[in-house]
Amino acid sequence: MRKILVTLLFLLFGTSAFADCNIKSGSINILANDFPALRTFVETSKQCKGSADFKVTHSSEHNKIAVPALTANPSEFSARIAANSSIVPLMNQDLIRPLDDLVKKYGKGIQDSQLITIDGKVMAVAFMANTQHLYYREDVLKDLGIAIPKTYEEVVAASEKIRASGKMQYPYAAAYKAGWNLAEEFVNMFIGHGGEFFKSGSAEPNINNAKGVATLNMLKKLSELSNPDYLTHDSEAIKVEWESGNVALMTLWASRSGTLLDDEGDPNITKATKLTGPATVGGGNIPAATLWWDGFTLAKNRPDADAEATFRSLAHAASNKKMVADAADQAVWLVEGFVPGPKSIGVIEAVKMGAKPYPMLPQMGLMHGALGSEIVEFLQGKESAEQALKDVEAAYISKAKEQGFL
Amino acid sequence: MPNKTFFWFFLPTGLAMILFIGLPIISTGIQSFYAQHDQVVKEVKKCDPFGCTVSIVVDNEETSKIREAKPLGKFNGFGTYTDRNHLAVEEIKKFWNETESFGAFVDQVTNLPFYKALIFTLTYCLFVTPNVLLLGFIIALSLNAVARKIRGPLIFGTILPMIVTPLVGSLVLFWMIDSQGIIGANIQNLMNDPYLSLKSSKTLTWITIIIYGIWHHSPFAFVVFYAALQTVPQEPIEAAIIDGASRFQRIKHIVLPHIYPVVTFVALISLMDNFRVFEPIIGFSAEGSAQSLSWLIYDNLVNEEVILFGSAAATSMMTIIGIAILLAPVLIRTWKEFKTAR
Repeated sequence: MRKILVTLLFLLFGTSAFADCNIKSGSINILANDFPALRTFVETSKQCKGSADFKVTHSSEHNKIAVPALTANPSEFSARIAANSSIVPLMNQDLIRPLDDLVKKYGKGIQDSQLITIDGKVMAVAFMANTQHLYYREDVLKDLGIAIPKTYEEVVAASEKIRASGKMQYPYAAAYKAGWNLAEEFVNMFIGHGGEFFKSGSAEPNINNAKGVATLNMLKKLSELSNPDYLTHDSEAIKVEWESGNVALMTLWASRSGTLLDDEGDPNITKATKLTGPATVGGGNIPAATLWWDGFTLAKNRPDADAEATFRSLAHAASNKKMVADAADQAVWLVEGFVPGPKSIGVIEAVKMGAKPYPMLPQMGLMHGALGSEIVEFLQGKESAEQALKDVEAAYISKAKEQGFL
Repeated sequence: MPNKTFFWFFLPTGLAMILFIGLPIISTGIQSFYAQHDQVVKEVKKCDPFGCTVSIVVDNEETSKIREAKPLGKFNGFGTYTDRNHLAVEEIKKFWNETESFGAFVDQVTNLPFYKALIFTLTYCLFVTPNVLLLGFIIALSLNAVARKIRGPLIFGTILPMIVTPLVGSLVLFWMIDSQGIIGANIQNLMNDPYLSLKSSKTLTWITIIIYGIWHHSPFAFVVFYAALQTVPQEPIEAAIIDGASRFQRIKHIVLPHIYPVVTFVALISLMDNFRVFEPIIGFSAEGSAQSLSWLIYDNLVNEEVILFGSAAATSMMTIIGIAILLAPVLIRTWKEFKTAR
């Protein structure tokens, strides 16, 4: 935690040497998610492609493509921009290569804190941080004399007050779309309650307990204050709700703040949109949020020349002070030279409050998948919290058995 | 056609079918009997920008050794078929012994993912197929009675739902039924209930998807029926008119028996299509309220970061068996008719 504070809050005057861009051969093909910061990052690395081929695929379906594309030999992509969760399937299948030698040779501007090391080997180089935190409408809260909520209990109380005032019918929004998004909200809230997903040292599930029930009850309370279509709303949909002025409190990704605060849309709403740290829940002191990093990994099934060319061009972006200065409002960069602006408040607050990173465990994807489909019926009021949690554990156990984790 | 000519005529198609349909099904079948090897995990130190922790990773060296020895995985027999996410044999036995009333037992069983999906799939088939047949037939009859001049544009308009890509069609409807969309907002006004949402209620979502299914599939039935109507001989109809038969009687006693084989054909194809319902669930983002067998397969393959090949293969095999069971009555009947005709 201290490491990131150092990274985020202090401008370090280290070596300013950029990775040199004299790439003579090889071909570069990158797979990445699709949001502004990643586009900027890839564009920056393109400036350093030398005479190598350079191709990129930005897709929000990147998770579905990654494993099959990297399993092929030679693999379709030479690099994959991954995050805490999406690096796990690549590690499970042994599809990415250690970067130690390349970091030593070409990674001059990369800071040690950017390196993701697993078992002593550098497996990825991170360049930005992300989390989900609260957004609020300053004008609405001020009118009703509501203080900025610090806990989810206060979020509920504030939303109820806004609804009672008649200003807004559905004052709260979060990405509750059944599937990955909903499961992510559960993960955040469960961690906020101090829960551990697995019994220590094993892959046995550990969510059917008081903390799990409290988590579900809080999600339900919040869903009742959201648009009734919440089960179909992803981050993009709630962003639209916010921009149409239907929502006064929202939990959303930090990486989306750029599009909320840009010049498009109603200027009054944009002006009143304020960011604050993630909320805590149930009297806990760590936020109900997870920290994420985005970083690049290199495919194993690709010739060394390609890996070298790819690393050099990506390292150029991952140590680029000009990029982080120009695109300071697009992301919380972990790159040296980044000065956090007003749009980075969420992540910085989360780190200060001691938020935990998303669990990087080989079986976590199965748990996430089981949560996404099995807690829906509880939110719809069709079954009890205990039954829903029992279902999640049972669904997870079947899947984990098939995958050989249990 | 002599059998020999038929054989040579059919050979290219047959080969392509074996290659692209038969073999993949066999391979899927084999895969469904295997599960992943037991994962070899080890404790390691992981460091990221947020700090270091000790946690577990898959031991790739050990795993690749096991994989090389047995690339298909661990033989699991019917293990995947009977686990909780599929037929759930153990769970059902337990529910049977533990629950007190039959209603509670059914509740417990329909809470299991496979049965939940099966029930939606069957409901969808049961409502969509007959309605598609009926609506298609009515449209074909009406269009057949319209003046020839305007028939062309009308036919084009009628088959439009089939031309529209299923995903696009469902998305258009999805936005219209949004609580702020044209249909959704009007229904709220009409019912005077600002909390009414077509998307959040399970029943309403099912109804929406079924209506969409009827809308999308009717043109197919219509096109086939319309073509068949052109072959109905005029003489018996004229004779019936002279005998004073009403329009309904003519349709019941002359038209329907004539096009009966075509009706069977359309029913068969519709049943098969409907049993594989998938696109509207994605288009309507209805995963929360409605899951079909095809959606389960999709979910196992792409929705998780870990791909569950065994699960997906088992569900695929059971879908094929399900279609076979559904079609059996129609097929047996056709076979019997074929035999008596000879």
